[in-house]
Amino acid sequence: MRLGRILSLAVLALVLGASIAANWLAPAGYAKQYREATDAPPSAAHWLGTDELGRDRFARVLYGTRISLLLAPAAALLSTLLAALIGGLAGYLGGVWSRIAMAVTDLFLSLPWLFLLITVRALMPLDVSPFVSVLVTFLLLGLLGWTTAARVLCASAASVRNSDYVRQARAAGTSGQRLFWVHVVPNLKPVLHAQFWISIPVFILSEANLGILGLGVAEPMPSWGSLLKELESLVSVGAEPWKFVPLVLLVLVVTSFQVLLSRQEDAAA
Amino acid sequence: MRSLRWKIAARALTLLATVLLGGLLSATLVRLAPGFDTDERVLDPHLNAASVQALQNARHRNDNIFYFYCSYLDRAAHGDLGTSVSLGQPVRVLLRERLPLTVRLVGIGLGLSWIFTSMLALVAAWLRLSIYDTITTIVSGGLLCLPAAVLALLSVLWNVPGSIAIALIVFPHTYRYAFNLLMKIYSRPHILAARARGLSEARILLCHVVPVVIPQMLALAGVSVSIAIGAAIPVEALCGLPGVGALAWQAALARDLPLLVNVTILVTLVTLLVNSSADVIGSMFRGQEA
Repeated sequence: MRLGRILSLAVLALVLGASIAANWLAPAGYAKQYREATDAPPSAAHWLGTDELGRDRFARVLYGTRISLLLAPAAALLSTLLAALIGGLAGYLGGVWSRIAMAVTDLFLSLPWLFLLITVRALMPLDVSPFVSVLVTFLLLGLLGWTTAARVLCASAASVRNSDYVRQARAAGTSGQRLFWVHVVPNLKPVLHAQFWISIPVFILSEANLGILGLGVAEPMPSWGSLLKELESLVSVGAEPWKFVPLVLLVLVVTSFQVLLSRQEDAAA
Repeated sequence: MRSLRWKIAARALTLLATVLLGGLLSATLVRLAPGFDTDERVLDPHLNAASVQALQNARHRNDNIFYFYCSYLDRAAHGDLGTSVSLGQPVRVLLRERLPLTVRLVGIGLGLSWIFTSMLALVAAWLRLSIYDTITTIVSGGLLCLPAAVLALLSVLWNVPGSIAIALIVFPHTYRYAFNLLMKIYSRPHILAARARGLSEARILLCHVVPVVIPQMLALAGVSVSIAIGAAIPVEALCGLPGVGALAWQAALARDLPLLVNVTILVTLVTLLVNSSADVIGSMFRGQEA
């Protein structure tokens, strides 16, 4: 298991490092068209060939990886903060507040994730600039993905609220606000930490699903989702294997996260 | 028995509250979405000034969110779920046409995934071979790392029915839980004692394992329905199957909000109903066990 974790860390470091170095590794950028070589197979000039618009696939994979790998943690941070605010406060306050917050959480949880995502995404304008589409997609993931974490945090905050040291602090006259920030929140840190890391692969996969369905990041900006949309044009699996590179990268990264998270999930449970 | 009745009543109330709350939320979102205030019909050169004014007046009545919501609920109660903007057909008709395919697809997919799950988890619990556990963990973990839409695309490439794609999407979620649950039950002292006394595996399973796992398996079944319905969107959209999932996807691409909101409310209702039923039946079993 230790070897698995080291390998996973190495894979993540390699993929993240390559995506950060995209400007040096692929200086022409992700949008430059090579009109004389559209849908070309891999060559010395284009390591992964070009797409149907003649754009270098290697460059697009690097830039797409950067977008997916940097914004998924940002969305995870947003969802964890929301979960901490809603779930943590509900668990700490208890009673009717907890019931209301958990009823709302249950309502969100009862909706299939993809239905919720496409419904809310469709409520926003689809013909936005590529940069805005990136922000909208990942903000949406962050704003809608707090529910599971909120449930866990509500239970954790409730157990901290009922712990002996919090009761003692309350009996000693500590104010409610101080009690929450000084005694409850620091004890929720391990759960928050675990929830943050658990959310990242979920959001990476969700963005990929949205992208393939045409509701994610807009062209010409690449992301794993929009790059995987290219698989729709395949005639057979073995025909153009280089088109599977984004999928292989995605699976490698998500698997690495899962391996690294096996400990975190135990902590969250 | 009384507590069970209370539980059913509470669940029914929750369902009703969810429908009302979900309806209000949806109506609000539709009302606030960009483009709601525009009506292409007023641009029709064949309409005279009075007709245009009448259309605008009808629009202005919807400025009041509560009027909008009440009229929405009133129409919904009479079976009028509105008209799809992009397809120009009543939403009710569209749902009626497409629901059977989705029900069949999701039903077969769920059935297959539960057959795989229970067979593989039971064999794992009986054999307790580390190599078997490793292989099933790798397979289910690998499937878990693939986006549902990619599995749908691969099913198209390999010419595999969409229901198998749904089964493969649901399977890794159910398998890990079922596997852990069965391993825990099979390591309980009374099961070990029953094995030591020479009871057959079938008898141990039917008399000592199934009654204990049913409530938790039912809860898992409820969750798996929600996962399968969610998976119906990419599978139907990418496999070209004209079901409710594909309808929701088309509505999202065309920003057909009346259609999308009604489909979402329907899906919410179905998942809530399934989860509530699973919970109530599970508590009946728990009651029997106690």
